[in-house]
Amino acid sequence: MAALNNLTEHLEAFVDVTRSPTHHAESLKAIATSLEKSVLSINQLVVEMDMYLTTTDDVVRARGILLLAEMLDYLKSKPLDNAVVNSLVGFFTAKLAEWRSVRGALTGCLALIKRKGVAGLVTAVDAEAVAKSMAQSVQVQSLALYDRKLCFELLECLLEQYPEAMINLGDLMVYATCEAIDGEKDPPCLMVAFHVVELLARLFPSPSGPVASEASDLFEFISCYFPLHYTHTKGDEASIPREDLSRGLSLAISSTPFFEPYAIPLLLEKLSSSLPVAKVDSLICLKDCAVNYGVNRMKKHYKGIWSAIKDALYASTGTDLSFGLESLTSPGFEMNEIHIEAANLLQRLVKQDISFLGLVADDIRVKMIFDTISRYSRYEEMPDTSKLEVLVVSQILFVSARASVESCNTIFETFFVRLMNTLGIVEKTSSGDLVHNENSTGSTRLYHGGLHLCIELLTASKDLIPSSEENSSTPESAQQSWCSIVNRFSVSLIEAFTSAVQSSNDDCSADAYLGVKGLLAMGMFRGGFSPVSRSEFEKILTTLTSIITDNSAKTVKWELALKALVCMGSFIDQYHESEKAMSYMGIVVETLVSLVCSSPCGLPHPMILEATSEVCSTRPTYVEKMVQGFEEAFCSSFSDFCVNGNFKSIENCSQLLECVTNKLLPRLTEIDGLEKSLVHFAISMWNQIESSVVFSYDFNGREFVEAAMKTMRQIVGVASVESQNSIIQKAYNVISSSTLPAMESVPLTFAALEGLQRDLSTRNELMLSLFASVVIGASPMASIPDVKSLIKLFLVSFLKGYIPAAQALGSMVNKLGTGLEEACDTIFHESSVGNNTSSVDSSKTICGSETLLAKICLGFYGSLDLQTRAITGLAWIGKGLLMRGDKRVNEIALVLVECLKSTNSSGIALHPSAMKHAADAFLTLMSDSEACLNRKLHAVIRPLYKQRFFSITVPVLESLIVNSQTPLSRTMLHVALAHVISNVPVTVILDNTKKLLPIILEGSSVLSVESEHKETLFSLLLVLSGTLTDIKGQQSVSDNAHRIIECLVKLASYPHLMVVRETAIQCLATLLELPHRRIYPFRREVLQAVSKALDDPKRRVREEAIKCRQAWTSISSRSTPF
Amino acid sequence: MVSGLINENPTVYERKERRVRTDSTNTDEDIRDPEHPYSLEQLKVLTEDSVEVDDFKSYVRVTFTPTVEHCSMATIIGLSVRVKLMRSLPPRYKIDIRVAPGSHATEAALNKQLNDKERVAAALENPNLVEMVDECLSPSFE
Repeated sequence: MAALNNLTEHLEAFVDVTRSPTHHAESLKAIATSLEKSVLSINQLVVEMDMYLTTTDDVVRARGILLLAEMLDYLKSKPLDNAVVNSLVGFFTAKLAEWRSVRGALTGCLALIKRKGVAGLVTAVDAEAVAKSMAQSVQVQSLALYDRKLCFELLECLLEQYPEAMINLGDLMVYATCEAIDGEKDPPCLMVAFHVVELLARLFPSPSGPVASEASDLFEFISCYFPLHYTHTKGDEASIPREDLSRGLSLAISSTPFFEPYAIPLLLEKLSSSLPVAKVDSLICLKDCAVNYGVNRMKKHYKGIWSAIKDALYASTGTDLSFGLESLTSPGFEMNEIHIEAANLLQRLVKQDISFLGLVADDIRVKMIFDTISRYSRYEEMPDTSKLEVLVVSQILFVSARASVESCNTIFETFFVRLMNTLGIVEKTSSGDLVHNENSTGSTRLYHGGLHLCIELLTASKDLIPSSEENSSTPESAQQSWCSIVNRFSVSLIEAFTSAVQSSNDDCSADAYLGVKGLLAMGMFRGGFSPVSRSEFEKILTTLTSIITDNSAKTVKWELALKALVCMGSFIDQYHESEKAMSYMGIVVETLVSLVCSSPCGLPHPMILEATSEVCSTRPTYVEKMVQGFEEAFCSSFSDFCVNGNFKSIENCSQLLECVTNKLLPRLTEIDGLEKSLVHFAISMWNQIESSVVFSYDFNGREFVEAAMKTMRQIVGVASVESQNSIIQKAYNVISSSTLPAMESVPLTFAALEGLQRDLSTRNELMLSLFASVVIGASPMASIPDVKSLIKLFLVSFLKGYIPAAQALGSMVNKLGTGLEEACDTIFHESSVGNNTSSVDSSKTICGSETLLAKICLGFYGSLDLQTRAITGLAWIGKGLLMRGDKRVNEIALVLVECLKSTNSSGIALHPSAMKHAADAFLTLMSDSEACLNRKLHAVIRPLYKQRFFSITVPVLESLIVNSQTPLSRTMLHVALAHVISNVPVTVILDNTKKLLPIILEGSSVLSVESEHKETLFSLLLVLSGTLTDIKGQQSVSDNAHRIIECLVKLASYPHLMVVRETAIQCLATLLELPHRRIYPFRREVLQAVSKALDDPKRRVREEAIKCRQAWTSISSRSTPF
Repeated sequence: MVSGLINENPTVYERKERRVRTDSTNTDEDIRDPEHPYSLEQLKVLTEDSVEVDDFKSYVRVTFTPTVEHCSMATIIGLSVRVKLMRSLPPRYKIDIRVAPGSHATEAALNKQLNDKERVAAALENPNLVEMVDECLSPSFE
């Protein structure tokens, strides 16, 4: 009973139109839920609602009916009793006649008709009754938008679900639809309406049916929308996009052949309009019609359509033919939408009916093309009209030839042979000899237009060769006449293209372009039945390869040939052409690889490398071959250098390594098996170094070492753990058999360390650097042998001044698992064991300053050089520890901070250079490094490590700045702080703006004094600008406005770096977002500063200044001081 | 008072593709016509050639062509150009603004008015005028 009480309440709520829509929706939901849970049956509901459904109050009755209808919509998937459905449908059908409650009636009918696959379906008889009632009593166009949409949906639903019943109604449905559509203007309704027309057409296909007899009327109602044009485009987001609606209209127009007499003339007429949208729509629609109307009906319009297509193509084609690299695999001229659609239509028509081709072939403009071609030999010489002729006709022939094998045959028979004659290309006889016609005089004439046309035809035909799986079933494709025609001319064609390439000179790329493109087209025929025989294919490859090898500079020709070879390589790989792959391997790959290895030829080494890497990366087997070649080349050049001191070969080596890092490594994921070959390459690098014991000549540059390090690091970085282990093992063996281990015996005492010089031999230095790279690239999982002595080795080497050693040490402490404690002991404490001198100072710092390393850093002993090296090394070790979140980094930070004081706690004055290094150490610690300790090189990275370091160091640095004794130390502390602040994520800064802002401002004024800190200053300024724009920083920015403006005004004239000035002025403009009362007092000051910036030597600064000045003057338009 | 627009249907020209400048300091792009939502450049009131800049002598001369001869907006256009230049150029510049010879009915008077320091300053004391000028100088909403 309670349910029923609630029901009355909900019913009242829904029926009351004065309540809000949300209220209505709530009550609707409540009733629906109780119906769904079967607390309430639909019968009960109807009984309860009796009063609402029959009252004489129109509004209440309409609401009541709507409620019942909405309920049915909710219960779409709930089984209902057939009798109930029957009586409900009867009810709603009757109500359709009553305009006041028409929405409810429509919703109800729709909900019932839509029921599918559950108990309680509307019978065909009932559906017929609904349709009849709807057709007779609903005036669709007099209804509101939503109701109209319901009407169309109801029609659509009836036609889809009850086709038999609708066929019985016959004419009535067609009339109803015509009447409903007439005058409709809303896209959502039209979308459904167009579909209704389509359904009707499908339902009444017979020529004596109602659609056939009413075709003219029906077409009139839908054709008035063509071409679709939205007058109100904006502000109607829920509406249907133009493309969809236009698609729907096109489908409706093409839905039945009975529309043909009206549709085609209309479309042709619209095609001649000047509106691009109309043209595109007409072309698309014509294509749909061609598909649906059938060949017979289309035939009588062929003439009109052909001339329309031709006009569209002529009007939409430009005259620029690109001879550039990028258009080697594309048509070479720009195509707009009209052009593309016209071509599609042409292709469709030719494919459907070969007789259409007759029109094309007989066209006078198409026939004239041979005259045009033979009049001009060079493309640039042609007048624009002839260029247009050539491009359009070749496009027409291209599209028609591509349509079907049949059309291709016809076109090759009628045009290709004639074209060959025009170009003077002769065919070979059955015996294989070339026939020299008397009138062709044997010499080929390389007309650009003709070559272009020829290439287009060849490209079109190549797609018609069935792929290898299909061609076993259709072997006759080989006997297709186009195939045999191409075959007859292939030798001479290849010769012609070759001579075009060879005759080209540097200032004209057209010859080379057409030649190479032609060769490419000839080389891209698929399968065993290709008209180009294997020997001819090989000839193409040889020609292209020789273009690459014969050149001595990077010309357009060279690049074109390379790209063509790459295209052919990937084509071979794509279609698994094993025979061609062998030819490719033999001719292209091996020639190029042998060039890499062999002694100098005309081509510069970097170009050989580029060509080889491009060509070989098309197929895994080539890659393998290439890496082998690279290995050989590396070994031979390297030993050549070692033995003969040939500096040229060491240069080649570094170029080769660069090629490996830049070209091959980035494509690791694309090419299978590359990793394995690269690991092999790395190991053979070590072998080579091992075997060349004697370096008779010294290096003259770091270039090679750096290239080798980079390559080694990245190869190790990408290799799997096992491969890493094998490389590490190999490297360790080489190292331990050298003289390097002697360094481990250097006692870690001050006395011994002071004597260290950069005294390694070239070979040892190379080995050390490479070994460091291996360690840097290794993952934490890889096992490093003999950690302790390696650490000693690196420790000594970085104190000798080898930075890679310090990076390797940082990398080791970052990645070591269990051995970390021991390693740190070795680095910090054991070294102090050797230091037997009793502590000279009484300071009881436990922060590691007891250790030898710290003492060197602080300058207790040793030269300045040793001190700065130690500081830099310490920074790298600290970075390794910091990233893994080790506590020991705090001690290191304290040592570094100590180095920044002018006189540290033990009373020793620090040298400025040492202080500078210590300040830069903070940059090392905080910034992301390319060379080591990043994600690619498997560093262990704890989240938020930067934030942690930030919160440790900033308070210390801040208090030191306050108490700093000398200006120098103050500056250095600021530099260090700036490094920390500018590398921490900006959110951290924003959380602490209040505290940080004063110190940032002070920092920027201190740093702006000297030009050497300009980069640091800039990064600090960027942090400042970040705080200005964020809402979090706004309060403290507003509090500090005067200081910020003062600082920015000063920076607006900073002489050393343009970006600083630019950013400062931008910041000034941003400050206008602050409350007016805060900034108004500074108006004069800012305007003065900015007007000075108007005279800045750099344009970008001046532009910013103008914007800023405009903004600041407009905060008070009156009495502005200009 | 004239009701309705003085030039109801102005010819609108394409905006010229701007060449990349390296040295010049001028900036009167995008000043709007007081009557129409087009910039002066689109209406060919100003062209790039009509602006002469001499950086060494700190001198700028702008010659503009009102769309119709009796255009009463010419003073406002001239004033906007002057204000824009004053805001965009360093103070060392001397700015001369004139109407193209023969393009306006009261050419001499207009030239005199636009280049009179006192009258310009007085005009900029007038809040209504300043508002109008600011309106013209606000970035166009395209």
